[in-house]
Amino acid sequence: MIEIKNIKKSFGEQQVLKGISAVFKEGKCNLIIGKSGSGKTVTLKTMVGLVEPDEGEVVYDGRSFTKMNFKERKFIRREIGMLFQGGALFDSMTVEDNIRFPLDMFTGMTLAEKTEQVNICLKRVNMVNTNKKYPGELSGGMKKRVGIARAIVLNPKYLFCDEPNSGLDPKTSLVIDELIQHITEEYQMTTVINTHDMNSVMGIGDHVVFLHEGYKYWEGNREEIMQITEGELFDFIFASDFLKNLRRNAKV
Amino acid sequence: MKFLDDIGGYLIMIRHAFSRPEKTAMYSKETFRQMVDIGIGSLSIVAIISTFIGAVTAVQFSYQLKSIGLVPMWWMGSIVRKGLILELAPTITSLLLAGKVGSNIATELGSMRISEQIDAYEIMGVNTRSYLVGPKILAAVVVVPMLIVMAVALGILGGWAGGVLGHFFTTAEYVRGLQDNMKNWDVTVMFIKCVFFAFIIASIPCYKGYNVSGGALEIGRASTQAVVLTSIMLVIVNFFIAFFLLGE
Ligand SMILES: Nc1ncnc2c1ncn2[C@@H]1O[C@H](COP(=O)(O)OP(=O)(O)OP(=O)(O)O)[C@@H](O)[C@H]1O
Ligand SMILES: [Mg+2]
Repeated sequence: MIEIKNIKKSFGEQQVLKGISAVFKEGKCNLIIGKSGSGKTVTLKTMVGLVEPDEGEVVYDGRSFTKMNFKERKFIRREIGMLFQGGALFDSMTVEDNIRFPLDMFTGMTLAEKTEQVNICLKRVNMVNTNKKYPGELSGGMKKRVGIARAIVLNPKYLFCDEPNSGLDPKTSLVIDELIQHITEEYQMTTVINTHDMNSVMGIGDHVVFLHEGYKYWEGNREEIMQITEGELFDFIFASDFLKNLRRNAKV
Repeated sequence: MKFLDDIGGYLIMIRHAFSRPEKTAMYSKETFRQMVDIGIGSLSIVAIISTFIGAVTAVQFSYQLKSIGLVPMWWMGSIVRKGLILELAPTITSLLLAGKVGSNIATELGSMRISEQIDAYEIMGVNTRSYLVGPKILAAVVVVPMLIVMAVALGILGGWAGGVLGHFFTTAEYVRGLQDNMKNWDVTVMFIKCVFFAFIIASIPCYKGYNVSGGALEIGRASTQAVVLTSIMLVIVNFFIAFFLLGE
């Protein structure tokens, strides 16, 4: 479980986060949704410590991450996996080296053990036999899958995904979403996902937080979202008039 | 203000770059990779340029000395050797490397920053300044002096070829000059320059690349800025080293 408490963050004059509190639950896919520029990425980066909040606190299972120094944070970092928007694979390394990197850096495993673990992860994301390929040779969807494999190689307790579906076709998006969902349940991870993909909300939105103009505007699950008929969230989800009418008519 | 920020940021980066590594094996592996990158990657261009610099030095100086006519031509060996060791090899090689290695480093780190690879390392708990910057500086400090020594050797060879082919002096005269008036201090000064230059060549582009923000355009800009700033720093530091170590 991850709690964020009253997170505030400004860049210069612009206050991006104006006091956000939320709880992200274990074994669930927790979604952060909102318009482009609403602060989803900043929220995620604040949670993992890539951005320092001006105010507020991030708590991992009772441990206050915000108050820790670099050394103390390292222990929590070992329990965090993150999938970046473009995959953020290390260009100069093969797929295998990418996934093995956290093992090389942080474990005392033998090469055989590491290779086995790498192959388990590759199999988990359906990318067997790509070990020797370089990131430049992979498609966007494949990069994301390798990114997921690298994120889970140390069996993290917390998984963060920044727009796992951006740049992917709807079919591939679904595959990635389901992969994340299955892994979350399998390892009972606390997963936090940034998205503006409505398919994801409906598909894996166990718990959804809607950000609007720097505030948490709404919080609930996917069933509850479907009940909404007005307001900012309604506008956001049923963006086109066509969908709005469809929704209103369905209610009648 | 921006200037002071940059100096502060640069010094902080350097301090972190040499903090204690978490896993020495990984750092040595990265340092070795960088050494190969910088060294092997620059071998041919340094070889070509230093050979011709040596040759043209011999030809130019011979031409001038001949027209004065007061000095024996066997001095040429000594003049070429001294010129290369004290000034030409370290400075020209370093300016060359500022362009080649500097832009490489700035571009590599810049694109790692933009594509969130640096963030990915940070998330894992890797101290990126020590893992990405430290090995590059260390590798440069080891490899750049080697390249410069090679530049001296090839420059001397080039000087011989230029002078003999231009009928300015004979091989025997040149060799006599090479052995004359040897000073260990010159070589010491050269190595002092090498270390300073290597540090500048790697660290300034690291700073520029590491701190890129924005998009692909910014990477190009950072890379250009890195090369310009590195070159300027090189000639300034070159002057001060010469001034303090060679001046009376
Ligand atoms: N490092 C930064 N410096 C200055 N401003 C920033 C920085 N990072 C984010 N911002 C600003 O914060 C706001 C929120 O950005 P953020 O990236 O969190 O949006 P987002 O919800 O993730 O949008 P998208 O869906 O397009 O990814 C934007 O207006 C952005 O310009
Ligand atoms: Mg974003």
